[in-house]
Amino acid sequence: MSRSRGRRLGAFVFLTPGLTYLVVLLLVPLALVLSYTVFQRGRFGGVVYEFTAENFERLVDPLYLDVVIGSLKIAAVTTVIALLAGYPTAYLIAQLPRKWKTIALVAIVLPFWTNFIIRVYAWIILLSGPGLVNSGLKVFGIEPLELLYNEGAIVAGLVYSYLPLMVLPLFAAIEKLDPQLREASANLGASGLTTFRKVTLPLTVPGVLTGSLFVFVPSFGNFVIPELLGGSKSLMVGNLIRQQFLSARDWPFGSTLALALIAVLLVLLVAQAWVARRA
Amino acid sequence: MRRSKLLYVPFWATYVFLYAPIAVLVVMSFNAGESAYTYEGFSLKWYGELAGDDRIMNGVVNTLIVAVGSTVIATVLGTLLAVGLARYTRSKLLDAVSLMPAVLPDLVLAIGLLVFYGMIQLTLGLYSVILAHGVFAMAFVAAVVRTRLSGADTSLEEASRDLGAGPVATFMRITLPQLAPGIVAGALLAFTLSLDEFVIAFFTIGNAEPTLPIVIYSMIRFGVTPKINALAAILLLVSFTAVIAGQRLTKIGESRAQD
Repeated sequence: MSRSRGRRLGAFVFLTPGLTYLVVLLLVPLALVLSYTVFQRGRFGGVVYEFTAENFERLVDPLYLDVVIGSLKIAAVTTVIALLAGYPTAYLIAQLPRKWKTIALVAIVLPFWTNFIIRVYAWIILLSGPGLVNSGLKVFGIEPLELLYNEGAIVAGLVYSYLPLMVLPLFAAIEKLDPQLREASANLGASGLTTFRKVTLPLTVPGVLTGSLFVFVPSFGNFVIPELLGGSKSLMVGNLIRQQFLSARDWPFGSTLALALIAVLLVLLVAQAWVARRA
Repeated sequence: MRRSKLLYVPFWATYVFLYAPIAVLVVMSFNAGESAYTYEGFSLKWYGELAGDDRIMNGVVNTLIVAVGSTVIATVLGTLLAVGLARYTRSKLLDAVSLMPAVLPDLVLAIGLLVFYGMIQLTLGLYSVILAHGVFAMAFVAAVVRTRLSGADTSLEEASRDLGAGPVATFMRITLPQLAPGIVAGALLAFTLSLDEFVIAFFTIGNAEPTLPIVIYSMIRFGVTPKINALAAILLLVSFTAVIAGQRLTKIGESRAQD
């Protein structure tokens, strides 16, 4: 068998099965969702193939646009909190002795490998009316607070679920830093804070960006956490999409919302790549 | 290096934040009372009730069926794809497509598959979930196997080809044995991801008997009981053991590789 024929046969044998699977169950479905955004809804779900711009008009209706903006805010707040908690943690882990480093890292990812629904459920137990946090407050004579079913509870659940995704890239970025850089900065008379601001932080920007993206993306499109911890009042884009597909049966509008979700994430990805290249 | 004592505050706060909710969950699973919130003494009764709950037991069986099915699909297709991408093409586009299911929000993949299944009028059930889980699990297997491939020595494969073996024979007798640890790691990852997956299963299961995460989800929406805590405690124990065992195994594998 000739070499080039062997290569072509190899490419065919190895690439065809997986790529066929991806085309049928990934690309075709995504193309369908994309195409549904310009069609009308069917009476009992599905789609009627007549063009309309109605879905996009509804998207900019304040009723729905506010939900998109609200979701962006919640995801942003979640990301900032995760960054503020994750950076010092990752920084300290990076400086632990080798054995403790591994243990500390495993301890960070361990909760992440347990069932997602269970982790969210734990927060219902903690925050609900007769829950632990309120029992603790009672000891200090503080009246029970409405902790569950609001945006604060959503943010708590999101930070809890995705914090490991922030700590890991931060750790990788901080650990790569040459400790001599910080020593040089200190020897030249810079205070700890100045060294952090002028040396450590700028050099770990790629880690900050990756971690932020890892937290922001699943937070923005989440529907389980707002549904279980946010109650009926606080809707996020994910809840809207879920509603359109599973209860309202308006697949074209649901698809348009999903397209908006993807568009926001694409913008962020491109921005991240751009900043990372300049950093 | 100077380490500020002040840094230990957020450091420990992070770990308390991560483990306190889990600890509360486990303590409450041993509650003798009816409430999921107030502790009234030790009891194992909720664990007993768990075993007699058909919905939960069926959920466990369905979850295992889906996880095994999608892991088989993902491992076979993902391994082939990884070898194909690493050895037979330089296309950046194919690379991106193969990683896409791992990066795409699960909700988007879920509605895409729902729309697609609706279009081909497939009756939804466990097999539609298996096919759906196969999509993202394959991306993870392919990524893990590729990492292993990029570190592998290609001279053996070249020698095999120079001696006249075709691509399939080279793959079966040289590449596959070299890749085995990566394939096992990828398969374990696929299996674990499928066990826990909720969103895609929720959209693609239709009216069929649900998987465990969906059972738990509907139980929670109905109301919280210590029974869910008991179930949670068992699941926590299972995944903690699996992660720690996996950690040990990779360590052993690494030290063997170094010998």
